[in-house]
Amino acid sequence: MATTTTTVHGAGPFVGSRSFMRRLREGDEIVRLITFLFAAFVVLVTLLLVFELWVGSTLPRHKFGFHFFVTSVWDPISDQFGALPFIYGTVVTASISLILAVPLGIGAAIFLAELAPARVSDVLQFFIDLLAAVPSVIYGVLGVFIVIPLMREYIQPALKSSLGFLPLFQGPAYGVGFFTAGVVLAIMVIPYIISVSREVLLSVPRDQREAALALGATRWESTWKVVVPFARTGIMGSIFLALARALGETMAVTMVIGNTPTISASLFSPGYSIAAVIANEFTEATGDIYLQSLIELGLVLFLLTFILNGLARLLIVATSQRGSGMGQA
Amino acid sequence: MTARLRWRKFVSGFMLTMTGVCAVVAVVVLFFILGYLVYHGSTSISWNFFTKLPAPLGETGGGMANAIVGSGKLLLLAALVGVPVGFLGAIYLAEFSGSTVAFIVRYAADLLNGVPSIVIGIFAYILAVLPFKHFSTTAGGLALGLMMIPITLRSTEEFLRAVPRNLREGAMALGASKAKTIATVIVPAAYRGILTAVLLAFARVAGETAPLLFTALGNRYWSPGWNQPTSSLPVMIYNYALSPYEDWHRQAWAAGLVLLGLILVINILARAILARGVSVPRS
Amino acid sequence: MKRITGLLVAAVLVLAGAGIVWADNPLSINGAGATFPYPIYSKWFDEYHKKTPNVQINYQSIGSGGGIKQVTEGTVDFGASDGPMNDDQLKAFKAKHGFGILHFPTVLGADIPTYNVPGVSAELNFTPEAVAGIFLGRITKWNDPAIAGANSGIKLPANDIVVVHRSDGSGTTYIWTDYLAKVSDDWKNKVGKGASVNWPVGLGGKGNEGVAGLIKQTPNSFGYIELIYAIQNNMLYGRVKNSSGAFIKADLASVTAAAAGAAKDMPADFRVSITNAPGKNAYPISSFTWLLIPEKFSDASKRDAIKGFVSWMLTDGQNSAEVLSYAKLPKEVVVKEKQALAQVQ
Repeated sequence: MATTTTTVHGAGPFVGSRSFMRRLREGDEIVRLITFLFAAFVVLVTLLLVFELWVGSTLPRHKFGFHFFVTSVWDPISDQFGALPFIYGTVVTASISLILAVPLGIGAAIFLAELAPARVSDVLQFFIDLLAAVPSVIYGVLGVFIVIPLMREYIQPALKSSLGFLPLFQGPAYGVGFFTAGVVLAIMVIPYIISVSREVLLSVPRDQREAALALGATRWESTWKVVVPFARTGIMGSIFLALARALGETMAVTMVIGNTPTISASLFSPGYSIAAVIANEFTEATGDIYLQSLIELGLVLFLLTFILNGLARLLIVATSQRGSGMGQA
Repeated sequence: MTARLRWRKFVSGFMLTMTGVCAVVAVVVLFFILGYLVYHGSTSISWNFFTKLPAPLGETGGGMANAIVGSGKLLLLAALVGVPVGFLGAIYLAEFSGSTVAFIVRYAADLLNGVPSIVIGIFAYILAVLPFKHFSTTAGGLALGLMMIPITLRSTEEFLRAVPRNLREGAMALGASKAKTIATVIVPAAYRGILTAVLLAFARVAGETAPLLFTALGNRYWSPGWNQPTSSLPVMIYNYALSPYEDWHRQAWAAGLVLLGLILVINILARAILARGVSVPRS
Repeated sequence: MKRITGLLVAAVLVLAGAGIVWADNPLSINGAGATFPYPIYSKWFDEYHKKTPNVQINYQSIGSGGGIKQVTEGTVDFGASDGPMNDDQLKAFKAKHGFGILHFPTVLGADIPTYNVPGVSAELNFTPEAVAGIFLGRITKWNDPAIAGANSGIKLPANDIVVVHRSDGSGTTYIWTDYLAKVSDDWKNKVGKGASVNWPVGLGGKGNEGVAGLIKQTPNSFGYIELIYAIQNNMLYGRVKNSSGAFIKADLASVTAAAAGAAKDMPADFRVSITNAPGKNAYPISSFTWLLIPEKFSDASKRDAIKGFVSWMLTDGQNSAEVLSYAKLPKEVVVKEKQALAQVQ
């Protein structure tokens, strides 16, 4: 059964039982230092990025202050800028994409890791990895030519007639909008979930499965109640990767979201996201406060990612049981 | 058989079938995309495509040779930046660090991962283009490398952690130092996952356009060395797909196909070259 | 381990090899800017390269704003823009470099109104009031008198108009809003002109492709795209009433006529808007696109190459413009530009 394992940290049998000189001679301290430098580099780069964004957005921060977060106007001519519709659009599209991609992705990963014969699994994995390499421009163009008409002609009317009592599915359906963007994003992030989850599931030791089966579990029960929890943190990690991609995607989103800064309860409404508006307007933005407002939007996205990541981690900790596998997220 | 057992068996069969459905959906989508690219782009793929420079509009016989080479150079640089940082950083997180440091680094990596590619491009522009007053392949490689880091780091760390305890303890029992354990036991045990992580990161940056627009810019001609603007497949796709000309659209699809082909080849080569015997038994 | 070392050695060798600078270095000039003229510029630079093989001019489209920024920063040798630099930008350039920057119109473009109205396959006539009213959100139905009045004989349905505009900042939007600001005080006060504006109504499509795609797929839609795009894709588009009262369909001749009409009063630095230009055959929503060339070059060979290119562009280059659906410069403007070229030192 799943055991409470702890990862082998720097603490443990090594520290205390060998002197510093001995560790140095054996190369441990050097390796530790070198790998630490690389890990620290990641933090440094991130901090530098935040610093550049901070410095590059001084004008609007002083001019708008907190109002930037709660205003809905985006007017480059009269220099009035507010981030609310973009924050809304980013959160909504990322949520839709995860709601669609996570069950599908984990399901597919389980199939590939547990049920499919090894050869089939490997070959299919190659192809799924290719999905991650498709340029976002191509996803965008495919979204325009295939997904939008599909939405407008079939899917959105179907949803309206069956679930139209919910405010989520009301209002005119043009084909573009939050929902379409969420679907396109879901397709783009699925390969990350499948790829990483499948590998982690494959690395779960055989004896875990066999122990469950020996105790009378069905195949599904052994998978869902033993193997998957064992691979929990890895699967969570893959979802973080997917979330990050969904939050930061620009090109594909801007081609299918309708690019209208509105806040609406309807998923069929056109909207806008932070990454999309930066990509659309940055190259043409002239005038200091306009440019810097776009950079401030980048900072806002950073903050959003920070908060969403924090919430997700809290969720993991809150639902974490003892015996749920390795380490922390 | 009790009713409860029958139910459990039914659930088992049903859920497992559902997972199959999920896999089918994912694969169908992929083949659809591939099919679309092949259908629209294969007519433009020819020997010229791989060997010639872009031809002026209205003339046939041009190609994207400089874009293919440019993408190759950019990806090489990106790997040189992204893989060491991701891989070695992950080793630190999995093997040496305390939980607070690990938390901070992981959080930072996730934040970096969520930055829109255009913002990474602007960042690399500030660092690597503005001080030197010209666009360059190096700046483009840096931007792509930065994007590779979080995926490589986070995934590699997960796979290192997944190495079973008994392998580590076995090495310890034999008196191996930490460094030796990592090099000879842990990393080889996790190599499959690490390779997956690196190839996934690679695939991600291979198709990115926005970071290159402000760093490597683009080039109609060959770009000798590392300090000049260079063409790349994603930028060519971006320029051609959003143009009014049908001929350029077809070339954009062809370029998309070539890009995917490139990634597939790298994937296959990497797994073949670095293949070893299975060290952690699969079930 | 051995395999990995081998791979590393191979990687280093490849790196070194790719880093070898080739012996006979051609003169390499970089420019960046507007997306609209990218096709014609790439054709011109390719043809000029064939003529003078030791000169390579590499132009990339990163947007007009990007072009202005990069030429000001000095990361490219020249820029290109669909809208002229404003006074602040000119001042910024001068402050940074110590000398000024010149504008040279190259070709003409135009925005056309395109639509998708069920049952209508004819070219509709649009008055300035109709266009402004639709984009302001005041005219909401296709059979509104403002539209129907100019189109007697065509049955327009009582459907809601779906407005489509550009989401990305662009010269196309600049031309369109510039025109609207000239013909509608309401528009000028409420919205203004620019590469990106706060649109009162409508969906945003990315690029001409995005707008055209949206219009094609959305019944009752109305939007603006570039003339080249419409011609190359055989799209249906309408006529616009010009300042002389005639309903003109945009084509290469009517766009050039707009520039000719404005040529007389053109300022010496060529920074002029030619929307709603005088002339009975002039198409009212036309515009120049400019090359932005610094007044001084520290590298004499670069200067000569660029000057050589501009001279060629004004004569031979103009001949290839119309083939690609760009309207060429009128003779009056070409003459003025040749004189202005002497200012580049």
